Amino acid sequence: MIRLSGIVKRFGDAPALKGVELSVAEGSVTALIGPSGSGKSTLLRCVNLLEVPQQGRVQVGDEAISFDDTPRPSREAIRRLRRQSGMVFQSFQLFPHQNVVQNVAESLVTVLDWTREEAEAHSLDLLKKVGMAHKAREWPANLSGGQQQRVAIARALAASPKVLLCDEPTSALDPELAAEVVDVLRRLAAEGTTMLMATHDLRLAATIAHQVVFLEDGEIRESGSAQHIFTQPKHPRTQAFVSTLRETVLEDWSI
Amino acid sequence: MPHWLSLMVDSFWPLLYAGVVFTVPLTLLSFAGGLLLGFAVALARLFGPSPLVKVARFYVWFIRGTPLLVQLFVIFYGLPNIGIVLDAFPAALIGFTLNVGAYTSEVIRAAIASVPRGQWEAAYSIGMSWTQAMRRTILPQATGLAVPPLSNSFISLIKDTSLAAALTVPEIFQAAQRIASVTYEPFILYSETALIYLFFSSVLSSAQTRLEARFGRHSSPLGAAG
Repeated sequence: MIRLSGIVKRFGDAPALKGVELSVAEGSVTALIGPSGSGKSTLLRCVNLLEVPQQGRVQVGDEAISFDDTPRPSREAIRRLRRQSGMVFQSFQLFPHQNVVQNVAESLVTVLDWTREEAEAHSLDLLKKVGMAHKAREWPANLSGGQQQRVAIARALAASPKVLLCDEPTSALDPELAAEVVDVLRRLAAEGTTMLMATHDLRLAATIAHQVVFLEDGEIRESGSAQHIFTQPKHPRTQAFVSTLRETVLEDWSI
Repeated sequence: MPHWLSLMVDSFWPLLYAGVVFTVPLTLLSFAGGLLLGFAVALARLFGPSPLVKVARFYVWFIRGTPLLVQLFVIFYGLPNIGIVLDAFPAALIGFTLNVGAYTSEVIRAAIASVPRGQWEAAYSIGMSWTQAMRRTILPQATGLAVPPLSNSFISLIKDTSLAAALTVPEIFQAAQRIASVTYEPFILYSETALIYLFFSSVLSSAQTRLEARFGRHSSPLGAAG
């Protein structure tokens, strides 16, 4: 469903991604883990081209763009590729001037030209799915962080994207609020939503990811099943990183 | 009726007439024009190619660094020397529009720039184009931020239009000068004039409260959370 090949991204002279290869199968969940600055957020943002790579090829669903050839891809091509995915941000980024149901309906009304009635009916269904239908007429500012993130998930799914991208979806939340977001993401995964997420949240990665990818310095060091990466990582850097993640939970805690 | 009161009553209608026929239209038209100009200049400075950015910056620098009265004199009394003759009202309108445009462009630029980058990204992530993101996501939020400072510019403008008297536009202040010059009662006349400006600025700026309520309704009293 997602196929990234040879992705190179530099910010000025600083390389952020050094030729990354990654595939995410339809209906599967992949978690990107790694230290801050490892490039996991950048990689995620290359999938919907919020960051445009200098080299490589990005394929999402049926759309693909190669960045190796000049001229640069057209804005229209970028938008087509972008519409294959929805994104959830660490800081939610709901539209503060729109109420909950308007937030979710926005892509349908503005981008896909649905009527407001149809769009809001569809949005209410999605809000039910994330347990937020009772707040449909509320302003985002009046919701808890967990509630805002659940609305943001509904908004990301509104236009029926092929893939859901999540950039640290629980990092701005306290554990209790994070749990309600993890719960929603777990249910979406069980329904077969294809997901790619960057996360520091061990619980999130361990409980719902089929594939875990460890990135460091813009390169993939190791990837495998969640169980493999978290219990018997091969690469010494993965071992060190996973052990620091595990130190944050009880010592006798096992996955 | 005491002399001062009958003088005020007699001059009230000419002053009000000057306000309704000249001051208010001059204010509204030049503010509307200035807003459009200010918006264009703000967009040029934020998103334009480098030469356009330079032109926009020069314009703002020049207008903000020179007295409004001098700008008006250049337009009305100066331009005829190079063959551009304008009537008083259009000359004043152009002068005020250029002036408002420079000040409001800074307000609008700051308001647009202060909408977090994440809002652009959220808009792009759901498939919006730049124009759609601007119209649906960024401008509504920027408008809420810009209303209070723009209201300030607007109230200043109402009072600044009195400078048009120097261009022979028969607005409130010019009417007051005319009456004062025949009645020899400047204290009464100019005090009344001040009250009439107060009246017009109060009426015209009462819209500010409504606009702020309109654009602030989604915020909690202490500002938006999250």
